[in-house]
Amino acid sequence: MRNAFAAKITELAQADPRVVVLSGDIGNRLFDRFKTVCPGRFINCGVAEANMMSLAAGMAMTGLRPFVYTIAPFVTARVLEQVRVDVCFHNVPVTIVGAGAGLSYASLGPTHHSCEDLALMRCLPGMTVLSPADATEVRLALAAALTLPGPAYIRIGKKGEEIVHGVEPAFVVGKGILVRDGGDVCILATGNMVAASDKAADILAGAGVSARVVSMHTVKPLDEQLLAEAFCKFSAVAVVEEHSIIGGLTSAVAQWLALQPSAGSARLLSFSVPDEFLTLAGDQDDARGRLGLTPETIAAQLLDFRRRRP
Amino acid sequence: MPLETDITKLQAIARQIRGRVVRMSHDAQAAHLGSALSCVDILVAAYWGVLRLDPAYPLDASRDRFILSKGHAAMALYAVLAGRGFFAPSLLEEFNKPGSVLAEHPNRGCVPGVEASTGSLGHGLSLGLGMAMANRILGLASPRSVVLLSDGECEEGSVWEAAMFAPAHGLENVVAIVDYNKWQATGRSDEVMSLAPLADKWRSFGWSVREVDGHDMGALVKVLRDVPDGTGKPVAVIAHTVKGKGVSFMENDNNWHYRIPTADEVAAACKELGLP
Repeated sequence: MRNAFAAKITELAQADPRVVVLSGDIGNRLFDRFKTVCPGRFINCGVAEANMMSLAAGMAMTGLRPFVYTIAPFVTARVLEQVRVDVCFHNVPVTIVGAGAGLSYASLGPTHHSCEDLALMRCLPGMTVLSPADATEVRLALAAALTLPGPAYIRIGKKGEEIVHGVEPAFVVGKGILVRDGGDVCILATGNMVAASDKAADILAGAGVSARVVSMHTVKPLDEQLLAEAFCKFSAVAVVEEHSIIGGLTSAVAQWLALQPSAGSARLLSFSVPDEFLTLAGDQDDARGRLGLTPETIAAQLLDFRRRRP
Repeated sequence: MPLETDITKLQAIARQIRGRVVRMSHDAQAAHLGSALSCVDILVAAYWGVLRLDPAYPLDASRDRFILSKGHAAMALYAVLAGRGFFAPSLLEEFNKPGSVLAEHPNRGCVPGVEASTGSLGHGLSLGLGMAMANRILGLASPRSVVLLSDGECEEGSVWEAAMFAPAHGLENVVAIVDYNKWQATGRSDEVMSLAPLADKWRSFGWSVREVDGHDMGALVKVLRDVPDGTGKPVAVIAHTVKGKGVSFMENDNNWHYRIPTADEVAAACKELGLP
C-alpha cells in the first residue's frame, strides 16, 4: 500500500500543483520520483510531527493541498490536538496518511501499533475517515480525498498486502464496495482485514454458507443505507477490523444500530482487537492468530453462530 | 491604506486601544486583561505601521499574515482590527455576549482579519510557517508571516519544533514576536520553567534575534519593517514588555491575568490613559 501511495500521490501532484507531501522523516527512497518530478513540493519535516501537522494546516489555509505522511500513531495519537485544532477546527483540506494500519508493524511493539487511530480520527468534527482494503483502494482513496473540501484521514498498511480487487471498482466516499455477494451472513470488513474476510467467505462457502463481503473503506461517514439493508437481510452481520473494539468500525456500526427505531433482526458480531496493549513479540500474522483475526477463526465463529441460530 | 509613520499618532492609537480593552474586560467580565495590555503596542505597531493589509480585501492573496498565537489576548486583537477598519467598532460591544461571534479566544474568520483560531498555545508559529512555505511554493514573494507568542507559550515543545524547522528552510519572511512580559498564569515565567536566556535560545536555534523594548513604538515599527532582514534567517523579536502596561495599578501585577476591573477601576484606568 505504501508503494501505491507514493506512485499515486506523484501522479496526483503532477496533475495538481497544489499538492504537497509532508513526511515525518520516513519513506527513504519511497518518494524519489516525487522529488524529481515535483521539486520543492516534498518536505521532510523531521522527527517533529506536531510542527508538521500545524504546518500542513497553515499550507492548506493558504491554498495548497497537503498530504501528511508518517507512521499512523505519530500522525494521530501523538498530534491529536494539532489535528483537532489546526486541521479540523479550521476545517481545511489536509489529508493525513497513516502507514502501518492496526498491527502492520506488530513486531515493532505497541508504540508502533495503531489500533486507536480510527477512534481518535472518527470523533473529530468534519473529519472523513478512510480505510482502504488494498493498493487499488489506496489509489482511489487518495484521488477521492483530493476532491474533498475538508480534512481526511487515510489509514494504509505497509507493503505486500493482497490485492482484493481484480478490476478497479467504483469508489465513492461513504459507500461500501461489494467484494462478493452472498445470502446467509454479511461481513463488513475494513482496510487490511478485507482480504482475510474474503478468505473467510471462501471457507464458509466450503461449509455451505454463503457470505456477503463488503469493503467498508469509509468509516466516517457511515454507509447507513448499506447497514440498513444488511441488518434486515441477514441473520448475522460481522464487523472485521484490525482496530480496538472501542471506537472503530464496530463502535460506529453498534452506535448506528442502537439508535435505529427498528433495524431488522441481525445479530452484530465483532472481530477486532481487545482493549489492551499487545506486548508479545511476533509479526502481524502471529498477532492476528493470537487475536482470532484469521480467516479460519472468523469462519469458524460464524459457522458456530449459524449452528446455534440457523 | 498607507502605513502610519508618525510615532506620536501610533502612541495615541495605542492609548485608545488600551482604554477599549479595559472597558471590554469589564463589560464582558472577561479575563486575561494583563496579557492583552502587554501586547497592545506590538499590535498597533504591526497593524498601523508595518503589515501590508487592506481591510476592504481581507483575504487578498498577497497580504501579510498576522497570527495571534497567544489567543488569550483576543480583546486586544479585536479592538485593533475594529480600529483598523476590518469591522464596525460597535460589534465590540457584543464581545463575549451569548451568541456573539467575538468569543474569549479568536476563531478564524469570526470577523474579517482573524487569520487563525487560537487559544491552545504552541500552534500559531507552525501555522505561520506553513503559510510562509505555501506562499513560497505558490510563487508569492511578498507576504510575511507575523506570529505573536507569549513567553509562557515558549514552554510548549511544539514552539521549538517550529523554531528548529524555519531556519532549515530559510523562511526569512517569518517573524516570531515574543511578548516577554515575564509572567505566566500562575507565576514568573523564568521561575516556573527555565525560560531565560530566551534570546539565546532563539539565536541558538538559528534565528536572527532582535531584542526591543516592547513598548517603544518607534523601535517596534523599525524592527518589524526590517523583515526579511537580509540574513536569510527567520526573525525572532524578543519584545520586553510589562504585563498590564499602561495602567499603573495593573502593571507587573499578575493578579490581572484573571482579575476583572470594577467600574471604578475602569474610570481610573481611562483617566490615566487620558481618555474620556
